[in-house]
Amino acid sequence: MAHSNETMTFLRLIPLIPLFGAVANIFLGVRLGRKAAGFLACAAVAVSLLLSLWAFWILPIGGILRDTVYTWIESGSFQAQLSFQVDALTAVMLLVVTGIGFLIHVYSLGYMGHDEGMVRYFAYLNLFVFFMLLLVMADNLVLLFVGWEGVGLCSYLLIGFWHQDHANTIAGNKAFIVNRIGDFGFLLGILLLFWEMGRHGVWSIAFLDLQRSAHLLAPETVTLITLLLFAGATGKSAQIPLYVWLPDAMQGPTPVSALIHAATMVTAGVYMMARLHFLFSLAPATLALIAMIGALTAFFAATVGLVQNDIKRVLAYSTVSQLGYMFLAVGVGAFSAAIFHLFTHAFFKACLFLCAGSVIHGLDGEQDMRKMGGLKPYFPVTYWTTLVAALAISGAPLTAGFFSKDQILWQAYASPSGSFELWRFAWLTAGLTAFYMLRQFFMVFHGKCRVEEHLKAHIHESPRVMTVPLIVLAFGSIFTGWLGTPEFMWGSPWNEWLQPVFGVAKEVRHGGMSEELLMLPTLGIAGLGIFLAYLFYCRDSRVPERLSSWVWGMPYRWLLNKYYIDEIYDFFLVRPFTWCAGMLANIFDVGVIDGIVNGVAGRVRQSSLFWRRLQSGNVQHYLYGFLAGTLLMLAYYLNL
Amino acid sequence: MAPLHYYLILSAVLFAIGVAGVIIRRNLIVILMSIELMLNAVNLTFIAFSRYLGSMEGQVIVFFVMTVAAAEAVIGLAIIISVFRHRQTLDPDEMQLLKW
Repeated sequence: MAHSNETMTFLRLIPLIPLFGAVANIFLGVRLGRKAAGFLACAAVAVSLLLSLWAFWILPIGGILRDTVYTWIESGSFQAQLSFQVDALTAVMLLVVTGIGFLIHVYSLGYMGHDEGMVRYFAYLNLFVFFMLLLVMADNLVLLFVGWEGVGLCSYLLIGFWHQDHANTIAGNKAFIVNRIGDFGFLLGILLLFWEMGRHGVWSIAFLDLQRSAHLLAPETVTLITLLLFAGATGKSAQIPLYVWLPDAMQGPTPVSALIHAATMVTAGVYMMARLHFLFSLAPATLALIAMIGALTAFFAATVGLVQNDIKRVLAYSTVSQLGYMFLAVGVGAFSAAIFHLFTHAFFKACLFLCAGSVIHGLDGEQDMRKMGGLKPYFPVTYWTTLVAALAISGAPLTAGFFSKDQILWQAYASPSGSFELWRFAWLTAGLTAFYMLRQFFMVFHGKCRVEEHLKAHIHESPRVMTVPLIVLAFGSIFTGWLGTPEFMWGSPWNEWLQPVFGVAKEVRHGGMSEELLMLPTLGIAGLGIFLAYLFYCRDSRVPERLSSWVWGMPYRWLLNKYYIDEIYDFFLVRPFTWCAGMLANIFDVGVIDGIVNGVAGRVRQSSLFWRRLQSGNVQHYLYGFLAGTLLMLAYYLNL
Repeated sequence: MAPLHYYLILSAVLFAIGVAGVIIRRNLIVILMSIELMLNAVNLTFIAFSRYLGSMEGQVIVFFVMTVAAAEAVIGLAIIISVFRHRQTLDPDEMQLLKW
């Protein structure tokens, strides 16, 4: 494939301007005042957005725009450049990051408007955008890793943003540490890849060089490398077994949940696997594992989402579940479908989170859905945008979620590595998704108002600075899907756009059902989910109670407590680990390490207490020493 | 003329007396005198060799040594006087401030 390379020096500005915004806010923000700091941050992302649009516009089909800033690492024949590239995949990610990022920055002006730490908030948010852009624009793995770690840092900072509450800092720590586990695998994967490539004489980690030489690697090596990289992806993108940090990450401000923990950062794992699709395609065993993990994660997270009562936790588990879909798509080799779902999901999930934020904002911080209900008249805009986004994620016909999910389901069934079992999990998940999203919708906006009395007086719809982003995102939740319709409609410009990156899609398995036919059960189960949610939470609200006490309430409690996974991890991993660490710290470190150090010092001290008597201060004693030494030397030289 | 080793033995004896004086005596003035004795023992060796080898350099050096010894005696006595004024004693055992 001939890539046309064009150098465009403005590309470096896309990440650097948000960095500038962050630095300016850190050093001057307090002096500028909260309002100016917020506008500065928004403006920085807006400029990035415009430049990204420009890059998208001038990007030739199948071409790559490049911008090499300087040679970053040089060692022998190895070179790593600080260099940005924009191809079709990166262009898509650029638009997601800067577009959604800009909307959420604007929304934050309203949401965080009363917060003491607004300047700090916007500095972090801009820093996050910088690192995310670095991640998607990097032309080599090491630079990508820098962005990867950077977004993790910003995620940590923003989860613990309200650090006065200890629970928030604990959640931040959890996110950071769990991610670190995955990153360890990721780093090992990068090193192994680098090492193996070097053995074949390719001393480079740039994606283009890797793609050109991937075929040199032995199959087992590729499998090992991709497994390690996948470990990194499970951490960042919250998949089994490392998903546990994401629900807790909801302790951060809601716009952060929307931007980082739904729309952009958590999709970095999917992006990374798509970026390295040439490696993953060479490792069918890894792909099978990814597909399985993705399908399982999608299903399990959705079941947990069914019963959560915290408005943001439902969305968190929904995010984990939708990321599972993307992993499933990657696992069956449908990278384009994965990125498509990433794209549409960014819109409707950001919209859902921001709507939740709008409700929380209007209810003065209340997040428990059992204390909401009947809010429709108070929130005219939020009501409709939530409905649109909820329908989109449920896969209602002609919404974005419908088309992107359909592609994944179809690929899970029909691609050469797909299977009926994978499809079945994804299909069940589609039903669960529809149920829990509409459950949330009905619990919040319909039924009897259960808001606490003292809050009732000042429930208010959010200001326009918050509702306008909602409306934009709601439109996106519908129309972005139309870029990737099935063959029997008007085809998929999306897939054509990404084709130069991922190559022509593989032949589908024949002999099964057709795509149109396969849509019907999906639509059916989504409709069923919506209908049940309506029945349970809008009509007869006694059914959920009866269900929850089914089999002495065991299944319900099991789900409500998230399968006790946190407790299991705590018992089997966290406690033994902290116990070992405690042993090392209190016994090994104090006894052995400190013992050696202090022991050596003590011996030296004792012996010096003895030897210091030699220094009597009496010059004549020293002269005895002189004389004795001189005589000894004399004797030696005279061979006496 | 007496043979060379007579001079050398005399010089060694004088030097040893000087060393013993420096180490054993408990009076700074005597110690200073002992140092002078050692210097002059060395001077004697220089001159003996100078005569023996028929070269003038040894005698030249002796003049230098005497000059330096004079200067050293002046400074040494000045220090001793100053120490005595300060501490009313010249016993080196009393001067142990440079100890741990």
